[in-house]
Amino acid sequence: MDSISDDRQQRITVLAALIILCIVFSVGSRYFLTVDNILLTLYQTAVTGITSYGILFVIITQAVDLSLGSTIAVGGCICAALLTKGVPAFVAVGTALICGAAIGIVNGFCVAKMKLPPFVATLGMQMVLRGLVLVATNAKPIYLTEGNFKQFAQYKLFDLIQLPVIYLILLGLFSWFILRKMVIGRHLFAVGSNEGAARLSGIKVDRVRMFAYGYCGVMAVFAGCVLTARVNSGQPTIAVGYEANAIAACVIGGASMSGGKGTIGGTILGAIIMGVLLNGLNLLSISSNWQTVATGAVVIGAVYLDRMRHLKES
Amino acid sequence: MGEVILEMRGITKEFPGVKALNQVHFAVRRGEVHALIGENGAGKSTLMKILTGIYKPTAGELIYKGKPFFPNDPKHAQTEGISIIHQELNLLNDLDVAENIYISREPRKYKNVLIDDKRMHESAGKLLKRLGLDIDPYEKVRNLSVAQKQMIEIAKALSVDSEVLILDEPTSALSEKEVQVLFGIIRKLREENVAIVYISHRLEEFDQIVDWVTVLRDGSYVDSCSWKEQTIDNLVKQMVGREITEQFPKRHAKIGEVVFEAKDITQKRLLKKVSIQVRAGEVVGLAGLVGAGRTELARAIFGADHIESGEFLLGEKSVKIRCPDDAIRSGIVYLPEDRKKDGVFLDQSVAMNITIANLRAYAKNGVIREGAYQEAIQEKIQDLRIKTPSVSQLAQFLSGGNQQKVLIARWLCRNANVIIFDEPTRGIDVGAKYEVYSLINRVAENGAAVIMISSDMAEILGMSDRIVVMCEGKVTGELNGAEATQEAVLHMASDTNKDMRKVV
Repeated sequence: MDSISDDRQQRITVLAALIILCIVFSVGSRYFLTVDNILLTLYQTAVTGITSYGILFVIITQAVDLSLGSTIAVGGCICAALLTKGVPAFVAVGTALICGAAIGIVNGFCVAKMKLPPFVATLGMQMVLRGLVLVATNAKPIYLTEGNFKQFAQYKLFDLIQLPVIYLILLGLFSWFILRKMVIGRHLFAVGSNEGAARLSGIKVDRVRMFAYGYCGVMAVFAGCVLTARVNSGQPTIAVGYEANAIAACVIGGASMSGGKGTIGGTILGAIIMGVLLNGLNLLSISSNWQTVATGAVVIGAVYLDRMRHLKES
Repeated sequence: MGEVILEMRGITKEFPGVKALNQVHFAVRRGEVHALIGENGAGKSTLMKILTGIYKPTAGELIYKGKPFFPNDPKHAQTEGISIIHQELNLLNDLDVAENIYISREPRKYKNVLIDDKRMHESAGKLLKRLGLDIDPYEKVRNLSVAQKQMIEIAKALSVDSEVLILDEPTSALSEKEVQVLFGIIRKLREENVAIVYISHRLEEFDQIVDWVTVLRDGSYVDSCSWKEQTIDNLVKQMVGREITEQFPKRHAKIGEVVFEAKDITQKRLLKKVSIQVRAGEVVGLAGLVGAGRTELARAIFGADHIESGEFLLGEKSVKIRCPDDAIRSGIVYLPEDRKKDGVFLDQSVAMNITIANLRAYAKNGVIREGAYQEAIQEKIQDLRIKTPSVSQLAQFLSGGNQQKVLIARWLCRNANVIIFDEPTRGIDVGAKYEVYSLINRVAENGAAVIMISSDMAEILGMSDRIVVMCEGKVTGELNGAEATQEAVLHMASDTNKDMRKVV
């Protein structure tokens, strides 16, 4: 069996699922297949997509980052707090991104150096970060009354495409480049495929793990800044459970929780499926509580399919 | 020898793009030891996986005890009396011997609610006695030697009344003495009318136990006949389809200065002040029994494990080696004993497997230059004659010999000057073995210093310029390769002469 044809088959299955989903929703709602709605869906997909690029790096190293949602909130609030102090937007975003990298590296340190299971380490971090952001903001939103930061998410290119869609594409290309074309990308796959062999091949496994988590943190914070611009405020309680959407996007896109496998192309498709699902449920006026149920079910289903694939291979 | 208990007729198995088995015939009689031989990739494992229900055949039938038989899975095969003992042992280290033997079939008491611990350990004890083994059923499996673990696997198979017992490469990890114990058990089982399928590359051991032999080549049946009517040369010819004139190729290396020296390496209980040196162009064979500390020494030199004290010298210069990366940068590389666990990235491409340790050489500012990268892969595949349909083939679909070649290619990319081979030909077929030996010779001829760990006595004697023998974490002797004899090596390996001898 060839690895490429295997990936392609996977990609076709996912595309088929997407098309079926679209058909179902376009039957259910006349508004679904309009240009406005398609762009809106992509806009809503951006946050899931960008965070899923980050978590894909972690998943490829056979780990997971459950602190993603909290990291988004922390990043968004740091950005907002700096903006209210009158700091220029690029400095605010830049500082937040550096904090994101630091959070990721702490995650990576817990997993690589302290040898904690990724699940436990990042679950702990999830609570630590959420707690910290609530303490720091007194659990109140930081409103951006002055300035024009909302343009960071709401500006429309050619009066049509919102910037987050552009971020989704550019960061996708950037992540693809790292994974496919750079040495560190290959090292990510090596560590996830066989950590022992990676070490015996001279790869500094700990550094690779910290890089993956650091990248994930940066992507999460970037998404956090986008969210801050979207709602024009730093929300300490935002993005709860977003890690589930990101993990689902990766796994639907062919990444394996057993490590060593995953593509950016697949992950984008996965993110779009998640986006279309939520958008469609919205249009069918299904309550957001039920949407949460649907997301959870999709996560379980996608990971189950991944396990089945894995079992079949070995 | 009794009647035919199991027959496989016209077995064909196709995988996408590959015909792994083509019309294979295989029949075993009660009370016979039936060797199944062939190069890696010849289809032995596939055939056994069909027999134990892991794969379904594309065509063909199984006749078991006179009736057609279709095993659904290994458990089904086992309840019908067909058991397999894999090369990789499947025991749970934290449970004791009896618990391992009766796992998931523990004897019960009080209406099947509780496990009858006493009865379980008693019957395990009886079983072990029947096999002539002196192992306490209460002992934790963790504390057993590899050989003892293998015996436990056999006991486990017998506890379900196996009538056909398949042994896959059972002697590859055993010392000479342990092999004899195993053979004793096999003979006992033969007397009890068990049919034994014996898969092994070690033809020289066959004289002691094998009755009948079936040869496979490239997924096809070649021949099946009584062992006594065959010569090893003839069998090897049938296996590889051509004649192999010499087992070990000649080496024309000029032995130079000492390139590398390890001094007084000490590691908690495992290594006690071990010193070893190698010269340019020299192949030093590192002999010893399993557990003598050879792999531990190699891993210590490579920085894979921490050491308490000792010094490494490259030429005259002392080097610090704290992790494999340090070793690789100093030009020291290590090919691990357990290829699948420590060497190959099974779910990654051949290309990735070859280049992973040397990516920076094909990269500029961390970005891989596709041209140089592809070129290096193609060159290595051709140079080492790695058999693969494409560079994107996943490593798990290569044969053991080709996987080993991929690992050698990985390190040839690095132009290392000290290369440690740990059991370089374990589980590799005859034809590929010769190629691996040629590759070892080639690196030595190019001036690299080679340390070769091996439990295969013929290999140690046939390949080494010098032989260093270890026993219980110490170097117990050193022999000149040309003059060494099996007896001398074994003597030192079991440390029967206590005074340290130094030749050279």
